[in-house]
Amino acid sequence: MNENDLINEAGSTSESPLQLMADHLREIGQGIVLSSGIVHGEIELQVSAGAVAQLLLLVRDDRQAAFTQLIDLTAVDYPERKDRFDVVYQMLSMSSNMRLRIVATVSEGQTVPSVTGVFMAANWAEREVWDMFGIFFSGHPDLRRLLTDYGFEGHPLRKDFPLTGHVEVRYDDTQRRVINEPVHLVQEFRDFDFLSPWEGMHNELGGNAAKADPDKTAK
Amino acid sequence: MAEMQIKPITMNFGPQHPAAHGVLRLVLEMDGEVIERADPHIGLLHRGTEKLIEHKTYLQALPYFDRLDYVSPMNQEHAWALAIEKALGIEVPRRAQYIRVLYCEIGRILNHLLNLTTFAIDVGAMTPLLWGFEEREHLMGFYERACGARLHAAYFRPGGVHQDLPDDLLRDINNWTKTFPAFIQDMETLLSENRIFKQRTVDIGVISEEDALSLGMTGPCLRGSGVAWDLRKNQPYDAYDEMDFDIPIGKTGDCYARYLIRVEEMRQSLRIIEQAIANMPSGPVMAPDHKVTPPQRGEMKQSMEALIHHFKLYTEGFHVPEGESYTAVEAPKGEFGVFLVSDGTNKPYRCKIRAPGFYFMAAVDHLSRGHMLADSVAIIGSLDIVFGEIDR
Repeated sequence: MNENDLINEAGSTSESPLQLMADHLREIGQGIVLSSGIVHGEIELQVSAGAVAQLLLLVRDDRQAAFTQLIDLTAVDYPERKDRFDVVYQMLSMSSNMRLRIVATVSEGQTVPSVTGVFMAANWAEREVWDMFGIFFSGHPDLRRLLTDYGFEGHPLRKDFPLTGHVEVRYDDTQRRVINEPVHLVQEFRDFDFLSPWEGMHNELGGNAAKADPDKTAK
Repeated sequence: MAEMQIKPITMNFGPQHPAAHGVLRLVLEMDGEVIERADPHIGLLHRGTEKLIEHKTYLQALPYFDRLDYVSPMNQEHAWALAIEKALGIEVPRRAQYIRVLYCEIGRILNHLLNLTTFAIDVGAMTPLLWGFEEREHLMGFYERACGARLHAAYFRPGGVHQDLPDDLLRDINNWTKTFPAFIQDMETLLSENRIFKQRTVDIGVISEEDALSLGMTGPCLRGSGVAWDLRKNQPYDAYDEMDFDIPIGKTGDCYARYLIRVEEMRQSLRIIEQAIANMPSGPVMAPDHKVTPPQRGEMKQSMEALIHHFKLYTEGFHVPEGESYTAVEAPKGEFGVFLVSDGTNKPYRCKIRAPGFYFMAAVDHLSRGHMLADSVAIIGSLDIVFGEIDR
C-alpha cells in the first residue's frame, strides 16, 4: 500500500459523511491508526498488527461508528516487500451504512493477535488465513488447517506456491488405496500472460504478475 | 453405586450423508442424543478458485463464479462484474441492468426452491422436493434460452450481459410468473402449518440478534433474527433502486423463521421479475467501450479496428487500474463479496471471495450445541449450505 492509494476520490469533500466518519475513526483510534483514506467509497485504515484487536473493539463499540459486523478477514501476499503480508479486515456498519477496511502489515513469522474474542466470525476466517498464508494468530482457540487436505504441507495462496501444487492424489487400483505422490506433469507447465503480443510464454513454473516486469508491477 | 463418568461418543456425520448437503464431514461429540460439540471438516470440495483466478485474465476468471454457489450462478457473476466495473469506472446500459436484475431474481427463486425443498426432505417431507424441482426446471430453461447453459451461465460480463434476450423469452417468463404463486401456495399448505414440520423447526437453532451480527450472518439468516438489512435496499446496485419490493424480517431467529422468510422472498422476487419485465428498456446490452467489451460479430467482418479489439480482448484481456476494492451483492444466501486487489495488469493480483455460506458453516458449532442429533440436520438445512461456495 503506497501513499497514492490513500488519496481521496474526487467528490469526497471534507463535509461528506464518509470523510466525517474517517476523521472520527482516526480520532477514536488515535495512536493506533497509522493512516487513513477513502477508496471507492470505503474507508481504509492502516494499523500495526499488534493493535488490530484493540481497534476492532473500538470501532465496534463506539456509538457513532458502530461497525458491528466483521464481514471478512483475509490476507494478501507481496513477496517482494520486507513485511510481505497484508492482513485485511472488512467491516460493515449498518447504522451508518458504511464499509471500513482495516489493513495490517505483517512480516513472515510475525504473529497477529486473534480477534475471535471481538467477533465470533473471525474464528474460521483466521483458520483459513493460517491455512492459506501461514500467518499465525495468537490467542486463537483452535488454529487448525481448514480447507486443505489432512496432512497438507505448504500455504497455497502464497505467491511462491506453484499453481500445480507439490503433491497429486490418485487411487491405485492394484494396491486398492489412495496414493499421494509428487506432481508429475506430462507436459511442461505453461503460463501465458499475454502482456506483450510477442512474448506470451514464460518457461518457469508458477508466478504471474509477481514475476512480470518490475515496471508493470508497481507494488 | 458410584457415579460413573461417561466418555462422550464421537460420531461421524457425512461426508456421504444425504442431509449433509454435499460434502460435509461433521464430527459430533455426543452425550447420548445431545450434541456437545460439532466440528465441521470442510474443504472436500476445495478447488483453489482464488489461486486459479490469480492466473487468469479478468474475463477468464468469470466462469469460476458460476461454480461457487452452483445453485444461483448468475448472482455471483454479478458480484464479479460489478467489482470490475467499479475498478474500471464503466457505466452499464440500462437494459443490461434490468436483465441482470431479472436474472438475479430468477437465481434467487432457483436457490430458495432448492433450499426450502431439500430442507423439507431433511425433516421428513418428500413432496415439496418433487414439486419444486419441476419449477426449477422451468427456470433453468429460461437460463438456457438467455445464454445457452442451464447452470454455468457465464452470462453477466463486465460492462453488461453477453447477448440480448431472444424475442419471446420475456413473454414466457411473464407467463410463468402467473403460474408460480400457485406453487408457492401449494408448498405452503404442505409445510407452513404442518405439525411435524413445525415440531422439527420451531425454536430450533435460535440465533439472537447479537450472535447473528457477531457470527457474520447475512441474508435470510440475519433477517430471521430481526435485523432489517438487505443490500438490495441498503446499498442498491444496478436497477434495484427502481424496483418496488419488501424485505421480510423474522422475529424468532429459529429455523422456522428462516423458512418463512425464504418463502416470502420468493414472492417478492416474483414482484421484481414482473416489474423488470414490464419496464424493460430497449437499447444495447453491453457498454460501448470496446477496450473492455467485445465488438459485435457483424462489425468484425467490416471493421479492422473491431477485429483488433476482439483479438486483443480475448488474448491479452483488459487492464484494470491498480487499487483495492470490496464489492458485495445480496446473493440468495446472503452477502456475497469480492475483495479485488489489482496491480494494473490484465490479471487480478488477489481475489478474495466472501461466501455467505462459509460463515453459516462456521456457526454450526455454536448453533447445534445442546440440541439433539436430529436437530443438527434441521439447522444445516435451514442455514442454506452449498459447498461450492464454502470450499471455493
